[in-house]
Amino acid sequence: MSAVPLTPGGAAAERRPTRSTLSLLGERVIEALIKLSGVSAVIFVVAIFFFIFREAAPVLWSKDFHILEFLFSTEWYPTSVSNVRYGTLALTVGTLSVTAVAIVLAVPFGLGAAIFVSEFCSPKLKETLKIVIELLAAIPSVVWGFVGLTVMSKIIVTLTGTAVGVNLLNGGVILALMSVPIIVSIGEDALRAVPDSYREAAVALGATRWQTVYRVLLPAAKNGLLAAVLLGVGRAVGETMAVLMATGHAVHIPDGLLNSVRTLTANVAAELGEAPAGSSHYRVLFLTGVLLFWITMVVNVAADLVVRGIRRK
Amino acid sequence: MASTGPTTQRFARTAQAARSERAQKVAKWVFGAMALAMVAPLIGIVTYLLYRAWPSLGWEFLVDLPRKGMREGGIWPAFVGTLYLVTISLAVAAPIGVLAAIYLNEYARDNWFNRLINLAVINLAGVPSIVHALFGLGAFVYAAQFGFSILSASLTLAIMTLPVIIASTREALASVPRAFREACWNVGATRWQTIRAVVLPNSISGILTGIILQVSRAAGETAPIMFTGAVFYKAVQRGDLFPYRLGDQCMALSMHLYTVSTQVPNVKESIPYATAIVLLGSVLLVNATAIAARVFMRRRKRW
Amino acid sequence: MGGSSRIVEVEGLRLAYGIKEVLHGISFAIDRNEIFAVIGPAQSGKTSLLRCLNRTTDFIPSATVSGSIRVDGDDIRRVKDVFGLRRRVGMVAPLPVGLPMSIYDNVAFAPRCSGMTAKRELDDIVERCLTQAALWDEVKDRLSSLGTALSGGQQQRLTIARALSHQPEILCLDEFSIAIDPVTTMRIEDVLKGLRREITIILVTNLVQQARRLADRTMFLWNGEIVELGPSEIVFSDHPADRRTYDYVNGIFG
Repeated sequence: MSAVPLTPGGAAAERRPTRSTLSLLGERVIEALIKLSGVSAVIFVVAIFFFIFREAAPVLWSKDFHILEFLFSTEWYPTSVSNVRYGTLALTVGTLSVTAVAIVLAVPFGLGAAIFVSEFCSPKLKETLKIVIELLAAIPSVVWGFVGLTVMSKIIVTLTGTAVGVNLLNGGVILALMSVPIIVSIGEDALRAVPDSYREAAVALGATRWQTVYRVLLPAAKNGLLAAVLLGVGRAVGETMAVLMATGHAVHIPDGLLNSVRTLTANVAAELGEAPAGSSHYRVLFLTGVLLFWITMVVNVAADLVVRGIRRK
Repeated sequence: MASTGPTTQRFARTAQAARSERAQKVAKWVFGAMALAMVAPLIGIVTYLLYRAWPSLGWEFLVDLPRKGMREGGIWPAFVGTLYLVTISLAVAAPIGVLAAIYLNEYARDNWFNRLINLAVINLAGVPSIVHALFGLGAFVYAAQFGFSILSASLTLAIMTLPVIIASTREALASVPRAFREACWNVGATRWQTIRAVVLPNSISGILTGIILQVSRAAGETAPIMFTGAVFYKAVQRGDLFPYRLGDQCMALSMHLYTVSTQVPNVKESIPYATAIVLLGSVLLVNATAIAARVFMRRRKRW
Repeated sequence: MGGSSRIVEVEGLRLAYGIKEVLHGISFAIDRNEIFAVIGPAQSGKTSLLRCLNRTTDFIPSATVSGSIRVDGDDIRRVKDVFGLRRRVGMVAPLPVGLPMSIYDNVAFAPRCSGMTAKRELDDIVERCLTQAALWDEVKDRLSSLGTALSGGQQQRLTIARALSHQPEILCLDEFSIAIDPVTTMRIEDVLKGLRREITIILVTNLVQQARRLADRTMFLWNGEIVELGPSEIVFSDHPADRRTYDYVNGIFG
């Protein structure tokens, strides 16, 4: 066995302690738990779709419901006695218009602030700004809604002289304020992901900071910035409480910034409490949920594909 | 050696250089203004809310019950309700989220199944809060028959916070250098031994701050609890720390703010503002603590 | 078993990361208690070869291995207790890695992982391994301070001590001198000469002179193939079997 007495591999190998069964078993158990938890996200996503669809499904075959009417009619009279109509087009347009206003406002400011934080300010200021961004992102949506209802509506009434301050513009501004932190933090990540060698090369060629940003960094980071915008859109589409409180309650297609609108999300929040469980109205609200689920899923998957695009490069 | 003449000329300011320098200055100011436009609302909003809330704020407001149909009095039941919801939802979400992140970061190979998991996490994070509410109603309240209860509301919140906990934990785990793991594997440590001995001790601060940040998110959410367990009004004992049981319905700060600002007429002017300040104040305080802890931990990093 | 003079036998070993093959079917054997050097330019597959020996390729998702490796007669692809295998094959990485725990815990880590809890035994192991790695005198008074706080050369010796702590039969060193100064390198080389009596050492290096100083036999690996394998006197002589070996050793390429 031991040609060389000192060889630790020989005799010593047998003296080596082995782990107790208990610790081996403990490790098995914890690894099983880890794997189970790892799968949980998939289970939950499937479960969300399953349970919402399960509540919504019966209405699809009911006779006072037509899928085309649901998608393309602007008539939403869920509680009418004689003439029940479940058309969500006005709500969809409401969601799109509020989102559009928010994005028009938030994207330039968000990207501008991201560029400032990433390229133009001192490290100390950068730390501070990033903390402020994080705090901004933490403000609950119901507080934003309250701000829209009180502060913003007063500002809008004063500035435009309109009668009602809760409207499309109000919701758009509030949503923009909510989306900016996301756009800034993800946009800043994208800019930081551009290798410093690009910056050094540009500066070595005599470019100013701004020229570097404009000609080198923006093209290099464009996928990440696009993803930032998409995720901002995702948040704006899915936001509920803030738009519920800030956009007013009129279900119709808006013809101006100062019209009241209602979004898909706000509609569910406003009416679910009053719709009796199991009624067609209740099921149609769940169907709206299915619609929202798919819309945000498409936006998020698109953003993920865009981000992956950068990583592959 | 050339005379100094041509040299100075070669490095003199040209019109071109002056123009690009001007552009640089303009750009800096424009972007700076944009960044400022982002910071100003935070300060403005907090100041304004604080100013309007002032008449009601105080210890009495916190521990008193809402009176006269919520038109006067305090917010105690809502405050305690929020504590309940946040604690229970995080007690559920944190272990699952941390374990899931360990799986994704330490165990998962790069195959289609794990890409599917990643995609699911991203999607789960993007699902609108009202859709979570519908899910909670369909799954916990009706299908699982937990009824309108703290339990249903907390579980709904838990699923909502899960993806963010997974993401922040993964980030913390990924910050531990791979060389440490390889050193452990090279001496025959199993994956779990490596995780327990090296990976977790060196990422725990990041994991914890990520979880604390979710406290504020869970506290602020309204839509998911609105239809699963939070109610407009629920009578409890003044100042009682444990007034609810798992199967009870409860009040919640976020819900209370929505109620008093939109559903109840003739509320005393300062009450909604004071409610907003308590909610916003708690959320920002928790966040600031987490951020401060993170900065502190980063300073005394050991490698 | 154990009587054979061959401790490692490699047959037709191929390793690919994804579709890129880095080892193209190599075969060789290592004798008991020799210092076996592997030399070759960067990217020639030296580190990958070591990864195969202790099966840390398992941790690289894209790696696929074929061919057989026998350690002490056991085919490592069929070893049930892969962690036990890694305890038999110690590994020292190119860059010193002091784990972020105390010096004592660094060395006691492996024995603890395999279930040893007795304080006395652990103390013995820590002292023995640190002494073998020529570090004991420098750190014996501060065993509880952080392993990451040591200097680069000390950390590298700490890494060697850690690798010795589970009593390996084979010690693999992967370009251990890459991050440390020449004086420390010489000290570690002395340590290795001392260890040779007890264990087999596989030394991967791109310092030709280091291989010449230490190794009994040397293998020249290039682009995932063995160019030459033989006693160091021949490999480093003026007339090695392959012309490319002479060129590489004498700095004409590589």
